[in-house]
Amino acid sequence: MFEILEKERIGPGVNRAVISAPAVARAHKPGQFIILRCHQDGERIPLTVADKDVDKGTITLVWQEVGVTTYYMGTMCPGDSLIDVVGPLGTPTHIENFGTVVCVGGGIGVAPLYPITKGMYEAGNHVISILGARTEGLLIMTEDLKKVSTEQLIATDDGSFGIHGFVTQVLQGLIDKGTKIDLVVAIGPVPMMKAVVNVTRPAALPTVVSLNPIMVDGTGMCGACRVEVNGETKFGCVDGPEFDGFAVDFDLLTKRLAMYKGPELVALNKFRETPRGCECTFPEGM
Amino acid sequence: MSEQEEKKAVKPKKPKIPRQKMPEQDPIERAHNFYEVALGYDNDLALLEASRCLKCKKPYCISGCPVEVDIPDFLEMVKAGDLIGAAWKVKEKNSLPRIAGRVCPQESQCEAKCVLNKKGKGEPCAIGRLERYVTDWAAVHGEGKMPQLPKPTGLKVGVVGSGPAGLTLAGALIKKGVAVTVFEALHELGGVLVYGIPEFRLPKAIVRAEVDELRQLGVEFKTNWVVGRTQTVDELLEKEKYDGVFIGTGAGAPLFLKIPGENLNGVYSANEFLTRANLMKAYLFPQADTPIAKGRRVVVFGGGNVAMDSARTALRLGAEEVTIVYRRTMDELPARAEEVHHAVEEGIRFELLAAPLEIIGNEAGWAVGVHCQKMQLGEPDASGRRRPVPIPGETFNIECDTAIVSIGNAANPLVPSTTIGLETNKWGNIVADPESGKTSKDRVWAGGDIVTGAATVILAMGAGRKSALAMMDTFGIG
Ligand SMILES: Cc1cc2nc3c(=O)[nH]c(=O)nc-3n(C[C@H](O)[C@H](O)[C@H](O)COP(=O)(O)OP(=O)(O)OC[C@H]3O[C@@H](n4cnc5c(N)ncnc54)[C@H](O)[C@@H]3O)c2cc1C
Ligand SMILES: Cc1cc2nc3c(=O)[nH]c(=O)nc-3n(C[C@H](O)[C@H](O)[C@H](O)COP(=O)(O)OP(=O)(O)OC[C@H]3O[C@@H](n4cnc5c(N)ncnc54)[C@H](O)[C@@H]3O)c2cc1C
Ligand code: SF4
Ligand code: SF4
Ligand code: FES
Repeated sequence: MFEILEKERIGPGVNRAVISAPAVARAHKPGQFIILRCHQDGERIPLTVADKDVDKGTITLVWQEVGVTTYYMGTMCPGDSLIDVVGPLGTPTHIENFGTVVCVGGGIGVAPLYPITKGMYEAGNHVISILGARTEGLLIMTEDLKKVSTEQLIATDDGSFGIHGFVTQVLQGLIDKGTKIDLVVAIGPVPMMKAVVNVTRPAALPTVVSLNPIMVDGTGMCGACRVEVNGETKFGCVDGPEFDGFAVDFDLLTKRLAMYKGPELVALNKFRETPRGCECTFPEGM
Repeated sequence: MSEQEEKKAVKPKKPKIPRQKMPEQDPIERAHNFYEVALGYDNDLALLEASRCLKCKKPYCISGCPVEVDIPDFLEMVKAGDLIGAAWKVKEKNSLPRIAGRVCPQESQCEAKCVLNKKGKGEPCAIGRLERYVTDWAAVHGEGKMPQLPKPTGLKVGVVGSGPAGLTLAGALIKKGVAVTVFEALHELGGVLVYGIPEFRLPKAIVRAEVDELRQLGVEFKTNWVVGRTQTVDELLEKEKYDGVFIGTGAGAPLFLKIPGENLNGVYSANEFLTRANLMKAYLFPQADTPIAKGRRVVVFGGGNVAMDSARTALRLGAEEVTIVYRRTMDELPARAEEVHHAVEEGIRFELLAAPLEIIGNEAGWAVGVHCQKMQLGEPDASGRRRPVPIPGETFNIECDTAIVSIGNAANPLVPSTTIGLETNKWGNIVADPESGKTSKDRVWAGGDIVTGAATVILAMGAGRKSALAMMDTFGIG
């Protein structure tokens, strides 16, 4: 059992929790994720390890409530336990001193971006982080990111905080100014990562993206996580989750993410009718 | 005594009793539920069937069993009504008999060698069914006391993977006073026995009971532990000071056909389809949270046990039509005869001498059909089977909304690629001595599907047993 030691809501529908998982904390490297199950009938879902404390034997998870499992987790409290946490999974980020690295995060993607940014910063890179969200209230972890960035730029779609516009416009601005950039790392919703690649491709800036295909085992056993990279089938959980952004078939990923739309809604509605979990934390609007 | 004489000597005593059928759920009923298909013998049937055994002086049946169960001896005890004794007799050689009795391909192993079969009657003694009967009976009626464990030797062994190979090794070593820790990547123990082979063939409660027995003997289990990620084999040896490590990680990486359309929605590997259904209990959705595509028209590519299991699972999930597409004919199907027979009874369609060329998709990215090539059998290939060759220009389409690729599994590279100095062959299988399981790396043994490629439960168990003996030899205990 993996006890939840701390939990807080850090944005609308976004939670952060510190979980006891010493073996994962010990082995984890930036870019890696875990797979968890909340209860006996639960689904296995992947979440990035957003931070860790090896001495305390803990990992931090940050998640957005989008379906039955992430909503359920939203109703769990300190003292509750996840029945399964397995990891760390996936190939770690390739970290070295590249020179200048731009880390672009959108929405919940800022959470998985954090350990990578930290790794790049600690490796001596000049790190520019560009964070974005629809509106100010949805921005997460900006302070955490700031501590591991040389420069930080923030954009909101509605202009309620920072630059008015998309992260891609900010990135385009840097390129147009002639900023020397050696590597771009982009994590966020699929349309955002696709848009980033559309900006970096003409400038021939190497771009790493982190993909979030649907997964089951996370060890290369099932093939649920198939993505196409350079026209070749790859398994997101073992070959990734990070890939060369120029080579990824984002349209296929989008279609595959919609595979269980119907059943997911059924499960969520059932959850809404008979919510489980701790009453003190029922998500808003339920 | 020659075989001829032997037959003569016993013949007059034996009335002709036919091989006893095992009661089964009605095919129409069972095609809609996940309960076990074969219901097992009752006492009368078991006695009658056991009485058919001739207690041969030279029991060929034993030579057909990879773990050499003392078949005539245990059958003799059944005849004498000593079912507990019979169960213990089986367990001397076979540590997972309730499982083997259900899933062993007996028709090509012990029963193939039984003299009652050899004499051309094709009616061998139903060894597997009796093995199942006595060990099920013993599990329900108490098996007497646990074996006496020897004093701990102070040795400890790490086992990677909780499939039949790893479980068998764990059982053999714990009984010799070796501390055993089993590391398993998934959240449940049993390997293919829990995530692959469906409930209707092998109830999970049986696997759980076998695992619990090992736990009671003192085997430690660590689930959610991916060796190569959570900890490497080298760390287990150097940091955690295990005296030996056994790798039994199975052949878990699914192969795909490499044809257009294979990444469309609705296209599964058999591993994913079966894992969702079995391990994640997707057939209970939405009571269980994991969804699965409930196809109306399902196509399965392949002809092995895994293909049969996928097809029959799809049927039970509510498919109206399930078609197995196989390159050769019924005679070459690699699946167990009983599985094919059950599939046919349940109404699975067979599209034989056909191979998929492309999976056709719609705008939204869902599979809607399969474009197939007609085949014919040509010259025999290296394996002696006649090779299927395309008939030029003859193609056809099958409509479908779900397609399940069941053409085999390759070795998962996770452990070899993270272990220093572990030799693999060109297919990525770990190179290990067939008699001892010893690998190229000091203090590391391996066995089961990760060494042989996809094989059988009983061969994996045999490999686990051999490695256990080899380890004891190395440690100087035994
Ligand atoms: C490597 C990796 C790292 C991830 N890290 C994070 C993270 O740090 N924080 C975070 O909030 N989310 C993360 N995700 C996405 C997260 O796994 C999904 O949001 C979650 O599985 C949804 O489960 P659900 O039951 O709540 O919703 P569901 O009802 O199952 O799904 C809602 C939607 O989420 C997507 N989804 C469903 N199942 C999965 C799945 N198994 N994997 C990915 N997406 C899925 C689909 O688009 C689906 O339509 C990550 C995904 C991957 C693959
Ligand atoms: C659907 C299906 C039906 C079958 N039907 C039959 C049948 O009827 N009769 C028969 O005899 N055989 C059958 N087989 C074959 C049989 O199940 C296998 O040959 C047998 O299970 C192999 O045993 P194993 O111990 O080598 O590995 P497995 O049973 O594959 O177990 C390996 C275990 O290791 C774990 N593992 C892998 N990597 C790691 C890691 N890095 N760290 C920790 N754990 C890890 C896996 O999660 C798994 O639990 C079938 C196979 C399938 C897939
Ligand atoms: S273990 Fe398998 S091969 Fe051996 S006797 Fe039992 S059923 Fe036959
Ligand atoms: S099972 Fe068959 S071969 Fe074995 S002893 Fe009995 S009759 Fe002889
Ligand atoms: S999640 Fe199963 S292979 Fe990647």
